[in-house]
Amino acid sequence: MLELERRKVPSRTMIWLAPVLAVLATMVVGGLVFSALGYDGFAAVRAIFIDPLITLRKWQDLGLKAAPLVMIATGLAIGFRANVWNIGAEGQYVVGGLAGTGVALATWEMTGWWILPLMCIAGALAGMAWAGIPALLRTRFNVNEILSSLMLTYVAVQLLYYMVNGPWKDPDGFNFPQTRIFTDAQMLPYLSGIGYLNVPLALVISLVVWFLMARTMLGFQIRVVGAAPMAARYGGFSQRRTIWLALLAGGGLAGLAGLFEAAGPFGQMVPAFPTGYGFTAIIVAFLGRLHPLGILAAGIILAVTYVGGEASQSSLGLPSAATGVFQSMMLFFLLAADVLVGWRLRLRRRVTE
Amino acid sequence: MTEAMAVSILMTVIGAATPLLLAALGELVAEKSGVLNLGIEGMMLVGAVTGFAVTSSTGMHLLGLLAAMAAAVGASMIFGVLTISLASNQVATGLALTIFGIGLSSMIGESFVGLTIAPLGPVFPAALAEDPLLRLVFGHSILVYVSLVMTAAVAWFLTRSRGGLILRAVGENDHSAHSIGYSVTTVRYAAVAFGGAMAGLAGCYYSMVQTPMWADELTAGRGWIALALVVFSAWRPWRLLAGAYLFGAVMTFELHAKAAGLNIVPPEFLAALPYLATILVLALISSRRSVGSAAPACLGQPFRPST
Amino acid sequence: MTLITRRGLLKAGGAAAATLPFAGRAFAAEPLKVAFIYVGPVGDFGFTFAHEQGRKEAQAHFGENVVTTYVENVAEGPDAERVLKNLADDGNKLIFATSFGFMNPTVKVAKRYPDVMFEHCTGYQTAANIATYNARFYEGRAVCGTIAGHMSKTGIGGYVASFPIPEVVMGINAFTLAAQKVNPAFQTKVVWVSSWYDPAKEADAAKALFDQGADILSQHTDSPAPLQAAEQRGLMAFGQAWDMSSFAPKAHLTAIENHWGGYYIERIQAVIDGTWKTGSVWAGLKEDMVRMAPWNERIPPEVVKAAEAMRDGQADGSVKIFSGPIVDQNGTEKVPLGSALDDPTLLALDWYVAGVQS
Repeated sequence: MLELERRKVPSRTMIWLAPVLAVLATMVVGGLVFSALGYDGFAAVRAIFIDPLITLRKWQDLGLKAAPLVMIATGLAIGFRANVWNIGAEGQYVVGGLAGTGVALATWEMTGWWILPLMCIAGALAGMAWAGIPALLRTRFNVNEILSSLMLTYVAVQLLYYMVNGPWKDPDGFNFPQTRIFTDAQMLPYLSGIGYLNVPLALVISLVVWFLMARTMLGFQIRVVGAAPMAARYGGFSQRRTIWLALLAGGGLAGLAGLFEAAGPFGQMVPAFPTGYGFTAIIVAFLGRLHPLGILAAGIILAVTYVGGEASQSSLGLPSAATGVFQSMMLFFLLAADVLVGWRLRLRRRVTE
Repeated sequence: MTEAMAVSILMTVIGAATPLLLAALGELVAEKSGVLNLGIEGMMLVGAVTGFAVTSSTGMHLLGLLAAMAAAVGASMIFGVLTISLASNQVATGLALTIFGIGLSSMIGESFVGLTIAPLGPVFPAALAEDPLLRLVFGHSILVYVSLVMTAAVAWFLTRSRGGLILRAVGENDHSAHSIGYSVTTVRYAAVAFGGAMAGLAGCYYSMVQTPMWADELTAGRGWIALALVVFSAWRPWRLLAGAYLFGAVMTFELHAKAAGLNIVPPEFLAALPYLATILVLALISSRRSVGSAAPACLGQPFRPST
Repeated sequence: MTLITRRGLLKAGGAAAATLPFAGRAFAAEPLKVAFIYVGPVGDFGFTFAHEQGRKEAQAHFGENVVTTYVENVAEGPDAERVLKNLADDGNKLIFATSFGFMNPTVKVAKRYPDVMFEHCTGYQTAANIATYNARFYEGRAVCGTIAGHMSKTGIGGYVASFPIPEVVMGINAFTLAAQKVNPAFQTKVVWVSSWYDPAKEADAAKALFDQGADILSQHTDSPAPLQAAEQRGLMAFGQAWDMSSFAPKAHLTAIENHWGGYYIERIQAVIDGTWKTGSVWAGLKEDMVRMAPWNERIPPEVVKAAEAMRDGQADGSVKIFSGPIVDQNGTEKVPLGSALDDPTLLALDWYVAGVQS
């Protein structure tokens, strides 16, 4: 019979092979399932998973969609590695965007090189502050950060609704709930052929975090606290400090990502600002094995499915719900394939002992 | 305020509270066993669309309810296999389940958009519920009574039964439970399946009672409120009941205040209130650390037997 | 790599697109490609559903000469921008963006694709290749108001509303003014649900309004839930965007139907003929963009007559619902006798007539 047997050492091959297997399994099973449902299943797989990658003009779309996902997921993964479960990145993203918007509206009709950096700082700080609440609650009152960070997401979204429906409503906007459009001085520079500046910045951030996590004492400490809390305590690493660090890093990057979206592709604050990036980033973080470079790849894969999913609607008549089904299927397969990292499948005959 | 009006308002409160209570009870049991399932919204949607589709096709409400529970249990088992047998991360798996449920329900429901069914009516004969006050007692669909009975049943089960003791032991210290011979895996599968069944019923409350129809994302995020409620209740069934009715009352109060022309506080503040209250409660109970009131110790942690 | 500002790039992008080979009518023999983007799912049975019916009508009208496609559930913002851009890249010559929040993305993309025609629904920004279109829903509201004035026993109408944007505000006012022409004491109570779509909340809002004395309900949200609540209470309501009588056969008195099909056919034909021009269309009962669903049998004949008079009067221009005297909530006269609100004022409306409780 087929049995699972624990590996003595986690398989390094499987760490990288599992995501590939998951994507392949999604393509095969998804193709079969959608064919059974009466769609052209394999054309759907091609449209969703392959076409955006081989269509050069869609690369810019991929970059723009992947950048916030990669930034947020990179920050979250730092925490996840330390066993700190910040799942409220969506809220930190929203608050970051809001803080940047606040600066933009306060500097309305001003010009100066300092406006955009100030917006960036405000965005990152706001994200950190929002993530600091769960950190404080966890370290002071032992509150589970999964629950508190999630709850705060909904508070952040309501705060956004309040601001765009009330104090920040565009005075010339016919009462539509949205702010003024940012001026050029408040917008991220646009790089021809690449997208807004946040795309290369996301790449840089991901490399910097990789370096920090792999090569510095700080990264080592975070990994030890997550993997072996007891050992970390003997080693004199403070768990409390790690919790703060993990949440502030996650919140800061999510806040910055929010600001980049507001001052880039959105160009204003609107009620539709929370697009679920904060939640999708959790999936990206796992798909990328909590590794900055893996996250980079995972962010692009997710972006591919979004961009491909839209195209499949107009080209194949696939409902938008199909994209969600494909994405969740991919994650299910990945999580299932994960077991192969720590365990091996073995064919075993009945033994009599 | 007339008696009829007061009764009518209370009926609305009960209507708003019941699906939250149903879904949250299921999640409470799952969490007590140490499993955090963030896929409530997804399971509710799968239940809602299945209940509607089966009722619409067969005309039998009971069959719709059963099918909805079965379908939601099926969805919860995807989560169960991954998180319990394969020890995957519960947060990520739960989120994936929600995305899956939104997508799947939309695809199943495509051909049912624009149809309606007879709502699942009161379970008692109408004659019993003619008087307004009696209507408050006898004028509800079966799901209201199920939610109340299940509250009592869950409360009894968790505190008074052997099974409940084992379930809590598994949630508080899975390794100890395992070492004294209880199957952590079996207990958690059962708890997750129960959570699925209850979420399925909760979904049906929307698609078969309150707004007998199917439309995409019919539950509009109520699954997340149910999740907050579990925390708000400090994992205690009777507090959960009180919490659900409090949430229902706040939601209804907001609408009534507006209908009466009162704009006391921004609506966004009221919408954020349940979540703020939950954080506050969470801080209070977690800092007290009295036994049995804070989060189950193993919540969210995968169980990997050391043998 | 050159670092250029957003506006600079848009210009550069536009110039590049103009030189693309598929510009012009080189492929006249090929079917014209037309795309629609929707903010909601086509299964919402409300606003998006109505647009989808319009698309299907246009597709059926043109048959093989036109290929129409749609992308649903497009979030307003960068996602919309990307979808619009890709639809333009895919060779669509005419793109309908059917939600207000698509306005800025449409403006951005249209600059880069000067040879693609864009049509934006419910917005206010036009360009050489962006036309706007919208329906005078308020004319339908006035017909509903006339019926409500006759049918309501309590003299209180309920209104389940989404956001206080001009379109919703003018609907509330038109409904109330028309009802007051029948019953001067008529009041409208408004509940804002701060959402276009939240069935459970819409239903509970309807119940709250009924509990506070309303016996007839109008809605400016997208789900049939308020109608179902009215049906369960044995009261009355009006459908939104489409004939919703199947959800509430007794309560559903009529509905304001959004018929976009005729406009879509006209505009697609204009592109085929090469006569497409930008502009702002705000059409109503006259142009058949707004249509009243069949009257419920329970409406007495004399009320049907009054409703039809209101409908036909607005269609032929003899009745203007926003003609003075109109007094606002605070008692200030906003429109004197003998004049009427003009379109620009209506499109920025932010006050309520006396009798509205919001």
